[in-house]
Amino acid sequence: MIPPGRTMQRYSFLALARHAVNGNRKWPRVLHQPTLKKTYDAVIVGGGGHGLATAYFLAKNHGMRNIAVLERGAIGQGNSGRNTQVTRSDYYHLVSSKFFDRSLCLYEGLSRELNYNIMFSQRGKVSLAHSPHEMEVLRRTVNAIRMNGVDSEMLTVADLRKLEPMLKIDCRYPIEGAAVQWRGGISRHDAVVWAFARGAGALSVDIVQGCEVTGFTIEGGRVTGVKTTQGSVATPRVCIAVAGHSSVLARKAGFELPLHSTCLQAMVTEPVKPLINTVLVSAAIHVYVSQTGRGEVVIGGGADVFSSYAQRGGLPVFESNAQAAIELFPCLGRLRVMRQWAGVVDISPDTSPVMGLTPVEGLFVSAGWGTGGYKAIPAGGETMAWTVANGRPHELIAAFGLDRFAAGALVDEGAASGVAH
Amino acid sequence: MGYRLEHGGHIDRSQPIRIRWNGREIEAFAGDTIASALLANGERIVGRGMKLHRPRGILSAGCEEPNALVTLGHGAELEPSARATMIPVRDGLEVQAQNAWPSVRFDLGRVLDATAPLWHAGFYNKTFKWPSWDFYEQWIRRTAGIANPPRKPDPARYDAVNAHCDLLVVGGGPTGLLAAQIASRAGLTVMLAEQDFQWGGRLLATNTLINGAPVAVWLTSVLGELATSRNVTLLSATTAFGLYDHGSAGLLQRLDLQGAAPPIRQRYWRVHTKQTLLATGAIEQPLVFEYNDRPSIMLAGAIRQYVNRYAVAAGRHIVFATNNDSAYLAALDLVAAAVPVQLLVDSRAEAPAQLAGWLRAQGVEVRAGTTVLRSLGKKDLRGLQLNTGETIDCDALGMSSGWAPAVHLYSHARAPLAFDETRQSFLPADSKPPLLAAGALAGRVTLEESFADAMRAAERILAHASRPADLQVAQPLVEEPPVAAQVGALSRPGAGRSDRQWLDFLHDVTVADAEVALAEGYTHIEHLKRYTTCGMAVDQGKTSNLNALLTVAEMIGRNPAEVGTTTYRPPFTPVALGALAGRQVGERYAPRRLLPAHAEHQALDAHWWEAGGWMRPACYPRAGENVRQAAQREATAVRASVGIFDASPLGKIEISGADAARFLDRFYINNVAKLEEGRVRYGLMLNENGVIIDDGTVARLGPSRFLVTTTSGGASRIVNWLDEWRQCEWPGLNVFVSPVTTQWTTIAVAGPRARELLKRFESDIAIDAKSLPHMSFAEGRLEGVAARLYRVSFSGELGFEVNVPARHGAALWRELLRRGADLGVVPYGVETALLLRLEKGFLHVGVDTDGTTAPADVGWGEVAARKKGDFIGKRSLRRPNDLRTDRLQLVGLTSEDANVLVAGAHLRLPGTTKGSDGWVTSAAVSPALGRPIALALLRGGHARLRETLEIHDLGKRGTATIVKSAFFDPEGARLHA
Repeated sequence: MIPPGRTMQRYSFLALARHAVNGNRKWPRVLHQPTLKKTYDAVIVGGGGHGLATAYFLAKNHGMRNIAVLERGAIGQGNSGRNTQVTRSDYYHLVSSKFFDRSLCLYEGLSRELNYNIMFSQRGKVSLAHSPHEMEVLRRTVNAIRMNGVDSEMLTVADLRKLEPMLKIDCRYPIEGAAVQWRGGISRHDAVVWAFARGAGALSVDIVQGCEVTGFTIEGGRVTGVKTTQGSVATPRVCIAVAGHSSVLARKAGFELPLHSTCLQAMVTEPVKPLINTVLVSAAIHVYVSQTGRGEVVIGGGADVFSSYAQRGGLPVFESNAQAAIELFPCLGRLRVMRQWAGVVDISPDTSPVMGLTPVEGLFVSAGWGTGGYKAIPAGGETMAWTVANGRPHELIAAFGLDRFAAGALVDEGAASGVAH
Repeated sequence: MGYRLEHGGHIDRSQPIRIRWNGREIEAFAGDTIASALLANGERIVGRGMKLHRPRGILSAGCEEPNALVTLGHGAELEPSARATMIPVRDGLEVQAQNAWPSVRFDLGRVLDATAPLWHAGFYNKTFKWPSWDFYEQWIRRTAGIANPPRKPDPARYDAVNAHCDLLVVGGGPTGLLAAQIASRAGLTVMLAEQDFQWGGRLLATNTLINGAPVAVWLTSVLGELATSRNVTLLSATTAFGLYDHGSAGLLQRLDLQGAAPPIRQRYWRVHTKQTLLATGAIEQPLVFEYNDRPSIMLAGAIRQYVNRYAVAAGRHIVFATNNDSAYLAALDLVAAAVPVQLLVDSRAEAPAQLAGWLRAQGVEVRAGTTVLRSLGKKDLRGLQLNTGETIDCDALGMSSGWAPAVHLYSHARAPLAFDETRQSFLPADSKPPLLAAGALAGRVTLEESFADAMRAAERILAHASRPADLQVAQPLVEEPPVAAQVGALSRPGAGRSDRQWLDFLHDVTVADAEVALAEGYTHIEHLKRYTTCGMAVDQGKTSNLNALLTVAEMIGRNPAEVGTTTYRPPFTPVALGALAGRQVGERYAPRRLLPAHAEHQALDAHWWEAGGWMRPACYPRAGENVRQAAQREATAVRASVGIFDASPLGKIEISGADAARFLDRFYINNVAKLEEGRVRYGLMLNENGVIIDDGTVARLGPSRFLVTTTSGGASRIVNWLDEWRQCEWPGLNVFVSPVTTQWTTIAVAGPRARELLKRFESDIAIDAKSLPHMSFAEGRLEGVAARLYRVSFSGELGFEVNVPARHGAALWRELLRRGADLGVVPYGVETALLLRLEKGFLHVGVDTDGTTAPADVGWGEVAARKKGDFIGKRSLRRPNDLRTDRLQLVGLTSEDANVLVAGAHLRLPGTTKGSDGWVTSAAVSPALGRPIALALLRGGHARLRETLEIHDLGKRGTATIVKSAFFDPEGARLHA
């Protein structure tokens, strides 16, 4: 049952025009401020993209209406608001490729599904190769992706010159070619968060902000509730989706997650007219670069080398990211960095996510997203919702279970791609 | 309309300067900024808002400027979005307005303003979905992006400097200068950074007397002293852009602001300091009223600064509107400079008696309890409508809604802020060494308070540094008008159109946008910021964040302290990427490592590859040959006679100490503890997951001395790996790990006539088959030089690896070629070496393996299983997944089709329709066998010998047959020759 007042205004240009005439005074509420109830059928810890998407799909696909998303601060202020907005599915292993391509497919329809423009821009994601060996590695990856039925192709240097006229082909490590996934690209991360929050809210999900989970009630190996700064809540199902702090929360539930947390920083320049057309990634010159619709050049690179929860990057990586960006685009030298920030990424031993069941019955986890969680939000939400509703892992994420570390069945994307990511 | 005053200002009237504004020459003086020059020349519209393209004029006189963003220079030296308020003029400087077409006065983009209600906060989330965002984005990208970027490589040079100090003082105003002076006299090493190109901060905007003299006198004396103190580094035109962990700070020195075309454009300082004193001052905030964005509506303090510092009047009919005392000082200074002030309106019920009295005595009308309802005019300001209903004509308005302390840097360090009711803004809470805030940043209003605060701060700094509490400087005496900190409430009138009341000028965010955001539930201040984009423009909200916060607090009826502030992220003001990168660009992006015999290889026309940081010959093509052909020729020659290969990058690590044997045995899957002296063993190293991370040889030099070789790529990685275990896990072992890779040149001599060639060198090492059998090692001398000789082979031929001290490497290479000329000796490169080893099926770790490959997958399962002792990765080899038989296993492949049998091609076994069963790791046409061969990792490959499978490469298909991986001389007869 949808609580009163939670109707959803359809967004369209027509609606925009109608409201403009009315002085924009009647736009209905999108983010609600529910009070925490005593009992829920499921509680999602973490109001980032993954948590909100999980709640949305639980409500939409599994008919659950009595759900809460508990967020310590404000929704979307963790890694969902700190990433570089890249979406792609050019993963090497079949299980990864299937999962991330499902996510990309969902992204392709997300603006319509949620009636909220997430500014999904499929401008192509280009991976550069700087040596004959890297060309072989790319070829292997492109072939693997194609064999998985996902689009990917090789680009020659001549193709690259046409595609990215500002790119310095003859850089310190001369570019020999590239792979491209045309369906890859960027979108607006805040919009994804708000779109899912709006969708979930309209399906009566309670999104409670400023509510920190401080512990779990576990009886006979089964979770029966969570303790929060706003009081205790009884619930038979809990899903942890808190990125960088996953292992901290898991410890409160009495089990360990094989994750380490470190800062991954990014920056944007002041906005300028179009300069860079695609999303470019280079393994040898460790950087990824794209330009937002507003004109800001977004630059990301390697993670800080020490473990940290500080959500703030240091100078050494700041510098090396700048060096790398200029190496690929020497015309960027005079552009100025406007903002620099960092997110806390939780990295697993094989750099693949940890999703599904935990040693505690009824307690589920969606973690280990490392540096690549944003692109997984829709499919992560969809499959975790299925998993929470059915009490067993969805087939797309069966390979990402916590048990794989004991079995040795690692899904080593880092090794497969040859770069830490 | 602005004009230049006859007298006064900190400008040099003896130095006239001409700059070009939109192609037209205008006059200025040394000491002017672009903004003061434009103002002096009567320019009012200097920019356009990003979204609605409304005309905008100069708002401020500092780094907070949201409107006067201009493009400097052209071509490769184009600089977009420079703050006109921060850039000093210099002769010939080209300045262009931006974000307007065809011109800044007549901009067609203005049509967006006519339809403004459509473009309210978050409008793009609600539309542009059909047919797809991509369709709209191409147009939006072209209209957004407020300036043209340079499209050529930046020719400028940048420096990066590391510096250490006892005290970093940020801010060269009264507080920072006085504190720096005291700290310097106490003997601390001090760095003082001021973002302006002139020292003095707010002193430049006042005409107060210090110790009875004009401020210039005090400034000159303090700066003179600091400049001659050896323990002080003075950095003007230098912005401290960020504070980071453990007392590190990033500073950007704008040398380009200090003269035309300096050899170094900007210098980036990475400062490591024991203590930091922030004296970053405060930024005046605009008032919010209808059409508060019109050109010639300026900050009151900016109008004051333009008069006092640049001798420029902002208009001929100036009105002030304020909710605090500071605008009175501006009005007084204007009157003193003979600039007429028409009226001052104060939103507070009572005007400050003394200040108002002085103004009235000068003939300036002061009205308390009065606010501006809206500004009037077309493009430019013509007048004001007051809340009394009255209309006033004017051509400039100075507004002040109080001063927000510049807490940005303080906040970078995650130090706490507290909301101050009196000042209606956030202040540093409880600052203490090593990070102190003082002066206007700490809420001090008068000059006297700031000086006193500097004294207190200096005292605490000296105490923290354990220096005597003798300040050695007396607090300067000032006579100044009485000013209270009290700020009136944000005087947003209830009446009027909220969509015409601007919060963020550059991003065109209005009060109405905040209303929409709040109505929709984007109530959290971070959501409000991101949804409306208020404070996210290039000025990062220096004149908008506080107003947005106060407006929201008022709308939702909560205390601003509860609403809180958004995160301040570095940099304080934008920093050029080029400056951050410093010199490490282009060729200096990464060093190239050259082999000792580099010149010799060069002379042989080597085709270079860079691998593992080393410049290595791939092969030595002769005229008309490509890389593949050259490698084929060289490989054939090696198998026929003898070849030499520079293998110097091969990792070489000496392991010594009583526990050396025990130590090494824990790394290899095979037994090395019992290796005999003079013998060599090939082994694999695993990580904890049982994955192969490197291969190489171990030679025993003595009872407690070993020499380990690694792959070239693994040379430094494996040293770190060994040392990590030695230091962290087994500190009790008596063992030393010494990397010696670059101490030795390693040259492989391979081929049936290798021994014959080596015998031509005088040596005490016997190299006959019996004395030095395959997989053995000897130390001695070669032509009088220390030498280490391995009998090993990576080519499958009779092979030696000769190691001599690196300084003799080039000579050895030359001599091998000279003395082997009649044997037909050929130099061969990496590509050829890899071809030779492929014919033998020898493993190339990192190419034929990846991060999942275990020993059993490459045929070493039994060796690992046989070893009794423990080794890293052993337990992982017993995990269920490692025991599966359908793992990816290394096999050989042959095919009729060399075009499809390429490295990176994928394999499908009969019956597979989706996904892949493996891939080709290495492939070539074998010169010895005359057919395509390859190594591949194939699912369950070891049990599928002689089966055929499909190859897929970029849409092409072929078939291949699975064979054993040793293609050539499988018995190894040639090795043992």
